[in-house]
This record gives sequence, C-alpha cells and structure tokens, in this order.
Amino acid sequence: MPDSAPPIFKRGPSLIIRLVFFTILSLVLLVADARFRYLEDIRSGVSVVLFPMQEAAAVPAAVLERAGEFFVTQAALYRENEQLKRERLLNVSEVQRIKALEADNEQLRRLVNAPPIPTRERTVAEIIYESRDPFTRKVVIDRGTMHGIKTGQAVVDHLGVIGQVTRAFPFVSEVSLVTDKSQSVPVQSVRSGVRSITFGLGHDGAVELRFMPVNADVQNGDLFVTSGIDGVFPAGLPVAVVTNIERNAQSFARITCAPAAAVSSYTRVAVLADPPPMPANPLTAPAPPKPVPPEPQQ
Amino acid sequence: MMRSTLGDNIHGDEELLPVRGGYIIITLVLALLLNLVPLPGWLSSATPDFVALLIVYWSVFQAHRVGLWPAWVLGLFMDVADASLFGQHAMAYCVAAYAGIFVHRRIQMFPMSYQIAHVLAILLGQQALQLLIRLVANAEPPDMLYFVSSLTGAALWPALVGILMLPLRQRTGPEEV
Repeated sequence: MPDSAPPIFKRGPSLIIRLVFFTILSLVLLVADARFRYLEDIRSGVSVVLFPMQEAAAVPAAVLERAGEFFVTQAALYRENEQLKRERLLNVSEVQRIKALEADNEQLRRLVNAPPIPTRERTVAEIIYESRDPFTRKVVIDRGTMHGIKTGQAVVDHLGVIGQVTRAFPFVSEVSLVTDKSQSVPVQSVRSGVRSITFGLGHDGAVELRFMPVNADVQNGDLFVTSGIDGVFPAGLPVAVVTNIERNAQSFARITCAPAAAVSSYTRVAVLADPPPMPANPLTAPAPPKPVPPEPQQ
Repeated sequence: MMRSTLGDNIHGDEELLPVRGGYIIITLVLALLLNLVPLPGWLSSATPDFVALLIVYWSVFQAHRVGLWPAWVLGLFMDVADASLFGQHAMAYCVAAYAGIFVHRRIQMFPMSYQIAHVLAILLGQQALQLLIRLVANAEPPDMLYFVSSLTGAALWPALVGILMLPLRQRTGPEEV
C-alpha cells in the first residue's frame, strides 16, 4: 500500500510546525471570541452549513417520540382530554378576570398619566437540543433571525422565564438558561416586594440571589418574578422560588432558589419580541440595560 | 487476530482495499451527525465524542493523508454546534490528530488493549485541554462525569476498528482474481 510507506521526500512543513500553526490560529479565534466577540458572522455562516445536519440528526428522536405518542392508550388520552377541558374552563374565567383587571388598570394608569404597559409579540419555538457543552447551560431553538428572533430577547415557557437569546443565527438561536453562570435576571419578591437579581450557578436546578443584606425580607418559598426594570423581561413572570437561605454569611445572605420554569424538561418555548420603544419616563432616567442595580422604590 | 511484521496493518495479513478520500470524508460527516443527535442530559455526558474518536482513528490509520486541517475544521463545526468558545474544539482536535499521527507507527503494532490505552490517553488529553481552555475563560468546572465520554469512546475503539474496516474488505478471494 502506498499509504503505509514512509514518505521518501518531505512534503510540506513538518507536523509539529503545522500543529503550532493550528494552535496559534485556534488561540487567536479563542481570544477574538471570548474577549471581543468579533466572530459572530463566521459563527452564523458555520451555523447555516450545520443546520441541515442538525435537522437530520434530530429525526431519530422525533421518530421515537412519534412512535411513543402512537402507543398512548385511549384511556390516557381521554384522561388528559378531560383534565385539559377542566383547566380550560378554569383558565377562561381567569382570562376574563384578567381582561377586566387590564381594562381597569389601563384606565387607572391613564388617570395618573402613566404610560400603558406594552404587549409583546410571541414566537413559539421548539428546542432542538441541549448544548453538549458541560460548562454552560444553553439550549438551541429552531427559530432564528429569519423568523425575527434577535439577540437579547426573553424566552419563557408556560411556567415562567427560561432564559434569554444570547446568539441568533439565521435558522437557529442559542438560549442561555437562567441557570447559566453568565445569565442574570432582575427580579422582585411577590410577597415583600424586595428587588434583587438572580444569577445562574452553572448547574441545573438552582439560581442564586446575590448581594442581599443579611436582614433582607426573604423567606423560604418566596416567589420571585421579573421586575421589568431591565426592559428585556416584561414584569411579573415567575423566575424562581427560594429554597434555602443562609444568614450567617459574613456580609451578604446566601439565598438559593429553584427556577420556576421547567428549565430542563420543556420542548416548546415562546420568544418574546422586543418591547415597543417606551416614551421617556419623566420620573426616572431611562433604565440602562441589564445588569441593573436595584433601585429604591418610589 | 494475528499480528504480523512491522509496517503491516493490525489486521493480520489480510489485504485491505486502499482507502479513498471520499470514504474518510463520509465517515467524518457521519461522526459529526452522531454528535449532533439530541440526547437527554444524563446520556449526553456518557456518549463518546464521535468526531474526536474518528479523528484519532484516521490519524492513526491514514497518518499521511489526514493532516491536521480536517480536525481543525470539524472542531470549528463542533464549537458552533455546542455553543462553546470558537476554537476550543478546533484546538483540542488538532492536538488529538497530532497525537494520533505521532503514535501511529507504534500503535498499529500493539495488541488491542494497548491500543485502547493509547486512544484513552489521547481522548482524555483533548478533553483536559478543552477543560483548561474553559477554566482560563472563567467557566465553572464541571463534575467528574465530564470525562466519562472519553472512557466510553475508548471502549468503542475495537468496534470502531472492526466497523470501519468492513467496507475495505476485498469482496473476492485472491484465487478468483
């Protein structure tokens, strides 16, 4: 075989030179990506090439799921249908109540000259896969810039906030979950109104409220919802429930929460469009994009 | 399996068909596809990195044809697919390919258990390099399950060698030629 024979003539630069060349090239890419984020265009080019392969690779899982759905018993379907009907009845009354409240609220806001709360367009997307990267908590969804997704948009499921779009490619987008180490969400306690920011811890099932004073009015089981002051997440979406508080830390309390959304078990999510540009608020300066320092309530 | 003299391949004295470039490319693309298959979290840390495995395979058995650049390009693809840092997999795969080419003469002489040990070392090494890159970039260190994929990858090595050699077997016996 000609391949296994050692080369008589040297071809090209030696192996170690080539290794050094590629290593330096990779290092340049790493620094450009990690420090300066210069390479988003190249990334999205690669992602377009990769997209058909991702779709193809997702076929077996989809087929399995279909097959699983096919063998659901009639009794199970019937039970689910009944439950959904009951939930729908409950929801209908709830929706009517909310509509009345909304109208009421709008009228009150007009009375005090407050700007109306903007409504957001939603794009429903499906999660293609969880990123294999063990260092980050990210999922990839099947909607991209071609469908109007932009970097920075909020992503929610039926239970609460999932995360934020951190990279939008033409056909897919990366969503950083609230549990990702670099992801933070400004929140507010439903019970006491205390403002804080959740920070991901880098592993599943936990986020942390940082820089909370030891005597902060927080209890186990408190629900924290988005405060809306960041301009990214609309106010009032559930984010996390407090599970553990340690007040004996030196200067800050250690408050650990469980994410409210089903962060690792959903398949469909909704991406909230950017809010319409808000009119200048005469009372406070326009809120800077996150991270937002907790501001005192007026 | 019988081992033969230096310079021969590990498959005894069976003559294999020459490997075509297209075959290498197809297997690498298939490996990339396998890596993209969505899996639940607990399973995805245990599944081997097929691309790394295939890169080691071809750099061992076709050292003079598969250089470092296919490893680098595939690494970039994995970086985008995994949402990791751009260049992380690329660098690790290049080092893996280099290590594979570096040991390719000796590894073909070894019995399977030694081969597995070499492959395990290469796979662990490239994972450790990725870990190092991420730690420098200020990421949270993962749990020890992180390295399980190298173990399963190395365990798959004998099967991989068997499967990838199948299409290269000669269909007709030598006496018919």
